[in-house]
Order: sequence, then C-alpha cells, then structure tokens
Amino acid sequence: MLGAEKIKEFEIFALKIRIEAMKAIGNLGFGHVGGALSIADALAVLYGGVMNVDPKNPRWDDRDWLICSKGHAGPAVYAALALRGYFPLEELMTLNKPGTHLPSHCDRNLTIGVDMTTGSLGQGSSLAVGVALGNRLDGRENYTYLILGDGEIQEGQVWEAALYAAQQKLDNLIAFIDYNKKQLDGFTKEINDLGDIKAKFESFGWHGQEVDGSNVKEIYEAIERAKEVKGKPSVIVLHTIKGKGWSFAENTASNHHMTVSKEQMEEALDELYKKLEKAVTR
Amino acid sequence: MSAILAKNRIREDKEMRNAYCETLMELAEKDERIVVLDADLMSSMGMKPFLKAYPERTFNVGIQEANMIGVAAGLSATGKIPFAHSFGPFATRRCFDQIFLSCGYSRLNVRITGSDPGVTASYNGGTHMPFEDMGIMRNIPDITILEPVDSVMLRDLIKQTANLYGVFYTRLLRKNAVKIYEEGSTFEIGKGVQLRDGKDVTIIATGIMVDEALKAAEALEVDGISARVLNMFTLKPIDKETIIKSAEETGAIVTAENHNVINGLGSAVAEVLVENRPVPMERVGVFDRFGEVGPESYLRERFNLTASDIMEKVKKVIARK
Repeated sequence: MLGAEKIKEFEIFALKIRIEAMKAIGNLGFGHVGGALSIADALAVLYGGVMNVDPKNPRWDDRDWLICSKGHAGPAVYAALALRGYFPLEELMTLNKPGTHLPSHCDRNLTIGVDMTTGSLGQGSSLAVGVALGNRLDGRENYTYLILGDGEIQEGQVWEAALYAAQQKLDNLIAFIDYNKKQLDGFTKEINDLGDIKAKFESFGWHGQEVDGSNVKEIYEAIERAKEVKGKPSVIVLHTIKGKGWSFAENTASNHHMTVSKEQMEEALDELYKKLEKAVTR
Repeated sequence: MSAILAKNRIREDKEMRNAYCETLMELAEKDERIVVLDADLMSSMGMKPFLKAYPERTFNVGIQEANMIGVAAGLSATGKIPFAHSFGPFATRRCFDQIFLSCGYSRLNVRITGSDPGVTASYNGGTHMPFEDMGIMRNIPDITILEPVDSVMLRDLIKQTANLYGVFYTRLLRKNAVKIYEEGSTFEIGKGVQLRDGKDVTIIATGIMVDEALKAAEALEVDGISARVLNMFTLKPIDKETIIKSAEETGAIVTAENHNVINGLGSAVAEVLVENRPVPMERVGVFDRFGEVGPESYLRERFNLTASDIMEKVKKVIARK
C-alpha cells in the first residue's frame, strides 16, 4: 500500500511535470499539449519512485528502461527527467529551438535520460520487446516500461510486438496505454474504435489491468501488481484525459497539437500553480 | 585487403546460406553478444544449426518483419549484436520505416540480411524478387550496403561487420555462388576489387553479374577490346577513388547489377562520374521493371543480365568515347 505522504509526493511531481511541460510548450508557442498532459501522472509515478534509475549514470546497465513510444509526449518526459535531476530545468526552454537537445519527439541520442528514439508510432513497442529480451538474456532483474498512446495502438506493429512479447513470456515488460480517448483527428471511437483494450491484450496473452490514469495511487498499485505477475507481460490501461490539468485544453476538442499564446500559458500556469499550492499545503 | 581471383570459376560446393550460418556460429561461439533474428524463414535460410546450438540467442519472431527489426534494434540497445534475416523484399521494402528510424536514425547497431537477390528469387516470382532492395536502403544515412559475391567474401565480410558499429544491409545469394575468390582472400569494406586489368573500358559489377562481367571481358579480349573488371561489392559507401581512377585510365564505364539501375550500382557510379570525371557510361541491369516468375536462366535472359548484354554495352560505350 502506498502511504499518504508518497501519494502527495507523486501528485506534486505530476503537477510539476505539467507546469514545466506547459512552460516549455508555452515558451515555444505551440506543441503537443494534450498527450503530454494526459501522461504526466504515470510519468510522475515512474520517475518519482518506481523506476530504478540514476540520473548521474543515465546509461547504467541495470537501470529500468522507459520507452515512450508516443514520442510526441516528449515535453512531459523531458520535464520529468529535468525534475528528477538529469539536466537543468532551464534547458526545457530550449524545446525545439535550433540546436536543442529536446526535440518534439524523444531521441536517445540527444537527450540525457531518454532510453529510446520514438516518433513513428508503434515502433517503440518492438524496441521495448528487444530491450526486455536483451536484459533478460543478461540475467538482469530490471524492468522495461513502455508507454503507448491509445491512437497509437491502431498501428499493426503494436500487435506484432504484443504477440511476440507474450510468446517470450516477457514478465519484465510493463506497458501503459494512455487511453485519453482522442487522437489527432478526433475521438478514437469515431475514427477507429479501440474497443476493450484490456481484453484485447489479454487475448494476446498479456496480464491486463485498467485504472484511473490520473490517479497516482491507482497507477502505483497497478505497477506493483504487474510486478507480481510471472510468465507474461503486463499492460495497464490508463483512463486519462487529454490536456489534463489545464481546463482550457481539456475542453478544447482538437487538443492534440495546440498553439499556446503567452496569455494562455499564464492562464494554464496559474491554474496549475494553484493546484500545486493546494497539494503542497494539504 | 588481399583478394586472389579463383583459378577456376566454378559453382561452389557449399551453399551461401550454409556458409552464412557457419560464420555466425563461429562468431557466436567467441562472442555471446551475437544474436540472430528471423521472421519464419530459418529453414529456408539454413539457420537450424544455429538455433540448435544457441536457442537462447535465436529469436524467430514469426511472420512479422517490422517487429523483427524493432526487436533487433532494442536488443542492440542493450549491447547485443543482432543479425536479422528475411527474403530481400521483406527485409527492406516491408519494414523500411523501422530500419530507417528504429535502427538508422536511432544510431543503433543492427545487421540486416536480405536473401534471394533479383532474378535468383526465380520460382518465387515477382512478389519475392527484389530489384530495389539496395536502392531503398541507400537512402538511409550512414548505412553500409554489401553484396558478397561468393562464400569466401561472405565469410570475411560477415566477420568484419560483427566488429563494426552501425546499420548494415547484406544482400545475400542463398544458394551456390560461382567461386570468384580463392580461400583466404580478404576484403576492405568500401573498396572495390580489381579482378582484371584493362585499358579500353572498365566493367563495374556486383553479385551474380561479376562472373558475367569476367566472361564478357574474356570474350571481348578475342575481339581486341581490353576490359578492366571491378567487383564493387560495397554499394555504400561507394568507392569513389577507384571509380574516378578507372574513368581516367580507361575512359569508359559499364556497370552490371542484378538490381534496378535506378538507385542501384548504375546510379551510384553515375553520381560519382558526373560530379568528378564524366566519361561515357552504360548500364546493365533491370530497367525499371517488376520481377517475374521462371527459371533463373530464363530470367537472366529476360532481364538482359548476361555476359552478352555486357559485351553489347561495352561496344556501345566504346563507340561513344
């Protein structure tokens, strides 16, 4: 069970990820707001406690790996990394600027702490299977975490990887689906309905769970349960909200990629800082 | 590099696939980082002995090439040295984005082998006949593209790639090759091999067309034409220096490949010539056509991939000098 203090810590971390991601995107004036904000809670749980990593030694062999296959969530991943101490927070202001180490989509060769290059949807799933296999071959007991977008799982490669991960009984692989119900062009339901994602993965031989993806306690406990599962990979379907944390984004129909004016950024930060203050003083 | 031309250019006893498997087993014995991936073609590729010897280092993902490439890339990120195989079209065309991004752009360390090049796909027909595999792969920055001509070269190159870092595409004849090199020959990736000197023209060939080029050169000699023959087994990086030198010394070039001339050897050589030392040039290869089914001998005639096609182009290019 997760104590109240730790829950509070995760919640604060998640808000800080949202704040830093919004500063970076707002400073640029546009970006993938929706999917960065929806995955912040899971990233907070992962980088805020679950993952065994060392920011001073980012390529440490025995570390846990994170492959954010929905590479466009880069700003949220970078915020989590910076907050965790991989690089200075100020660097977040260089997002997508000439010569930056922080491109729109995650790049293992540019950003300290990013384990894998992603951006062409679906590909992170196979990469994660390869990493999990490689680590198992070497007898390591670390975990590979994979974050997939909900729209992303429309890609066939995800299901190729899902089949093979089950075939290989990869119990060192834990995947998350950021089920925010939306993709670039609209609602997943109206474009190519994903149906019962948990049941789909289960039918592929995975252990499945479904939790409130905005609730750090539920996310944490689902990971703990996933680690208990032997002989099969695990998927945790995170029911999330695209644009979570900034009301305007949450209420904007098309929030996958948005322009963010200075005023809007201030408005978002004001909302998020108020939530942070509330969380800290609670 | 010390390559010695075989005294007798006869069909080798051993199939290329068996030489490939043996070489990988040799490497795997010495280096536990070597892993093998396949997409349900291990039997066709003669890789069962590897599977038997190293089951834990063999990953047959089933019929899913895109996943195979991604898994290979992931394995390489953990320090493994993966060799992934499929038939040429499926090892390249089918999973190009995965090779481009998960391997190339990600700067990971993956070797991809595409078998049954061009007309050697024979009875599998047009769907399985890659005339474009090397051309597709040429678009990936910093990739190395190799087409070993016989088992001697194959063994040497595979061993070399195991100790290098990057993305490698090896275009592999699956069955018996014509022996071009004597045992013990060694090669330098990125350097063409001069198999025969000549002063009137240079024939630059790769793969099954190397033997045809040598046959053509021998027949041309009777007609009083002195043809130099180069085996350009590395398509990328292309050996500019040797191409320019040959253009200067022989004043005419003919390329010969079992591949579409578009973005294959013909294109690569032409690019070097026009930018450095333009001389008359002709190409032997597949001129923008899809593959077809049939016996290899028939297909070689049908797609104009014979020694006499090379001779014809040599005469044409010399007339243009």
